[in-house]
Amino acid sequence: MLQQIDRVAQGGANGNTSLQRVNDFVVKFANVNGSGSASANALFAKAVLRMGIAATPRNIFPSNIQGLPTWYEVRISDAGHLAARGGGPDLMIAMNPQTWDQDVKSIEPGGYLFYDNTKPMPPEKFRNDITVIGVPLTEITNKAYTDSRQRQLFKNIVGLGALSALIEMDPAVIEKLLSEQFKGRDKLIAANVQALNMGRDWVKQNLDWPIGLTLKHANTVGDRIFIDGNSAAALGAVYGGATVCAWYPITPSSSLAEAFIRYCGQMRTDKATGKKNYAIVQAEDELASIGMVIGAAWNGSRAFTATSGPGISLMQEFIGLAYFAEIPAVIFDVQRAGPSTGMPTRTQQTDITACAYASHGDTKHVLLIPEDPYECFEFGALAFDLADRLQTPIFVMLDLEIGMNDRLTKPFEWDDARRLDRGKVMTAEDLESGKLFGRYLDVDNDGIAYRTLPGTHPTKGAFFTRGTSKNSMARYSEEGADYQENMERLLKKHHTARFLVPPAIERKADAPTKLGAIYYGSTSPAIAEADALLAEQGIHLDLLRVRGFPFGPEVEAFIEAHDHVFVVEQNRDGQLRSLLINELEINPKKLGKVVHYDGTPISARFIAGAIAANIEKAAQ
Amino acid sequence: MTFLAKPKLHHPELHKNSLGYTRRDYEGAISTLCAGCGHDSISAAIVRACFELELPPHRIAKLSGIGCSSKTPTYFLGASHGFNSVHGRMPSVLTGANLANKDLIYLGVSGDGDSASIGLGQFAHAMRRGVNMVYIVENNGVYGLTKGQFSATSDKGAKSKRGVVNSDEAIDLVGMALQLGATFVARSFSGDKAQLVPLIEAALKHEGAAFIDCLSPCVAFNNHEGSTKSFDYVREHNAAMNYLDVITGREEITVDYAPGSVEMVTQHDGSTLRLRKLHTDYDLHDRVSALTYMQERHAVGEIVTGLLYVDPNPRDLHGHLKTSDTPLNALQEDALVPGSSALAKINAGLR
Repeated sequence: MLQQIDRVAQGGANGNTSLQRVNDFVVKFANVNGSGSASANALFAKAVLRMGIAATPRNIFPSNIQGLPTWYEVRISDAGHLAARGGGPDLMIAMNPQTWDQDVKSIEPGGYLFYDNTKPMPPEKFRNDITVIGVPLTEITNKAYTDSRQRQLFKNIVGLGALSALIEMDPAVIEKLLSEQFKGRDKLIAANVQALNMGRDWVKQNLDWPIGLTLKHANTVGDRIFIDGNSAAALGAVYGGATVCAWYPITPSSSLAEAFIRYCGQMRTDKATGKKNYAIVQAEDELASIGMVIGAAWNGSRAFTATSGPGISLMQEFIGLAYFAEIPAVIFDVQRAGPSTGMPTRTQQTDITACAYASHGDTKHVLLIPEDPYECFEFGALAFDLADRLQTPIFVMLDLEIGMNDRLTKPFEWDDARRLDRGKVMTAEDLESGKLFGRYLDVDNDGIAYRTLPGTHPTKGAFFTRGTSKNSMARYSEEGADYQENMERLLKKHHTARFLVPPAIERKADAPTKLGAIYYGSTSPAIAEADALLAEQGIHLDLLRVRGFPFGPEVEAFIEAHDHVFVVEQNRDGQLRSLLINELEINPKKLGKVVHYDGTPISARFIAGAIAANIEKAAQ
Repeated sequence: MTFLAKPKLHHPELHKNSLGYTRRDYEGAISTLCAGCGHDSISAAIVRACFELELPPHRIAKLSGIGCSSKTPTYFLGASHGFNSVHGRMPSVLTGANLANKDLIYLGVSGDGDSASIGLGQFAHAMRRGVNMVYIVENNGVYGLTKGQFSATSDKGAKSKRGVVNSDEAIDLVGMALQLGATFVARSFSGDKAQLVPLIEAALKHEGAAFIDCLSPCVAFNNHEGSTKSFDYVREHNAAMNYLDVITGREEITVDYAPGSVEMVTQHDGSTLRLRKLHTDYDLHDRVSALTYMQERHAVGEIVTGLLYVDPNPRDLHGHLKTSDTPLNALQEDALVPGSSALAKINAGLR
């Protein structure tokens, strides 16, 4: 029989209480990993963007290749909010029987449930405060296709077609995307469009449409681009002149190295000869990958590795060597939770301390902390200039949230007049002209000494690279005075770095306030939204986004200028807060800890709630 | 003692090679190793090999890990850049350096603790990648700097200076290098300069992964009765397969040996190895029979030395990766940075 939108009997979900929203809702797809749903999901998000509406998708997935549940959550926001909203979805596309109960439970009151009702679910499997939409996707595709692979793939497209009719997604936009995706393969385009229409037609003929959640063409996207942070960082490495990449696969950083492989294949390979202006080695482990980076950088190549927390742990000794031997190295750390099986597919900002003070001995490192793919590109390129300028490891701190999710971001920019800053390197001519060369001599009073590259000059400028046992002329020494002199110079160099890392950015509240909040990285979009929520409650915060370590003078000034400063971050211990206390000698009582660390991205609702509760508590 | 600079005074009539360098120009600082250490003989052999091959010293990069052997790069090639990296990780640092500039010669010096224990993984992977290098393990079967513990190349049944008998099976780096695809594999003895110097020369001229396991007795901790790495033991059990002459093109090649006893091998760079074979039935181009032969001789207590395997036309890591002819560290903006118009295209594709 022809189906109507199933409404669960007890009257809860009638037209009056169902959510009614235009361009502002959350759709969540519950899928089975490996079922081919990813491309249809991405198509959905892109179609929303092409209608000019900001959409932010998030992959929520377990550490698994095939069979386990995955989710794809898309936040659609006309207001341009890119953070996770928090709470449940308004529309759940429940395609995974395994997670049915939890999926149904998570839907916001008054929300909608879309499912394949080829085999209808019994009424007790629903809730009485949601609207249930059943579309027999399996039945439709099984009728139309005989091949099992086709059935599975086209079921996703039929589903997208049905969904597009229900929320009034512009079909022309989807068709255009399909024609771009399968450019030159007309048969494939036609087949996909046909499947799309099958779903659309079925809904139009059988159901009340649209539902209360709809899309209308808007103009919130502008000229922004849509890309994941790992790809953006890899592109930054290409523009930053990186020639050697040594890496070891680890979630969530692998796609960064893979993007570098892809971009180099396109842009760094001689079309005629096939010769490559780069070398990429998949190392046997993280120790080897950082070792290769250090060897290459010692020899004058711009080199990097991409890794995550467990890799950072393994690299500790080498990172120390690079610090003391003063070798440029770029390390992209895409942060996740814990060691071993520890939630590799969940996001966190848990390596701040581990990277800032990596290795044994007295070490302090330079961190760059991008907020989105735009900055992943910017800092990705900048990291190589800073590494050469400062002759030290530079960490670019991404996390899974920005690294592995497509994000709406400012278009990338490049100034063709920009030159790679190779830092202080003495050439054969410099040496020939009689310039004094001492590998660890602080001639410019900035803590940065000159280096020479192997093979430069037949008789001048050669030196022996080692750890800390040396004097300023790079001769072996275990003298205490030599050691101390070197360590003090390294500290001076670290101080120099304060003025070279991207400065923190302050955003003043609309009303004067003595309250501030410091945040960084992927917390950015949630803070912006939380700030608006708090302002509605009369709580005004000046905001400071930290973009690098060591902290510039503006960070100290910001804390100085406020009575109380919340430090918002995605780890248990408030790692950046500890770093502020330790490095700037701030009274810990002045810095409030607002931490979110369950592995899901921090949301505006969480931040606003936590800060409001904190203020309320303080007032009591 | 390295703060004592070695006097730079040269005898005015000291022989110079065609580059105008004397052998002294290939030396380094005064060694701080124990008097009589086998490692110093290897350093001297490296100095002689580089002098005789007339290599510009600054075009060699010398890298090492940690240990007595890894200290030695300070004691030779003072005009070369050197890198004392971390324990067991020289191979990765050398691999990275090699990726950055294919035009230098890479000399990796390591020990049995550095390569067979803590660094076994990196040793293996550098071999299988075919990094163009000379990798010398100065093998004494013992940890010297930490005072005499067994290393992973200590033979089963060997006795330490304190009288402890080693119960672990020894790791044979030559066998591993053969299995892992090294294209030049040799074993030698620090006390046999006639064999070692030409082997180092041949390895330096080899354009692939060249490995030399050089037995190098530790006079302080492993030169006693019951040791299988002592001077006496190695001399008594040394089964030399061959001796080499390396001919780099200037000399006339003449063969006046008995048939079968000499083999000429021309390497890819044009150098010729003249092998004076002591075992005429041994085929040094056959990896499988080399492995079998090594194990058979090892079983009867012999230490086989000489050039054990060579592929005269190896393909190195740069060949596999198809890197540009210009060394990567010499590429400038025009070759590296795609520019704003390429970026505009990328932006357009992301909307």
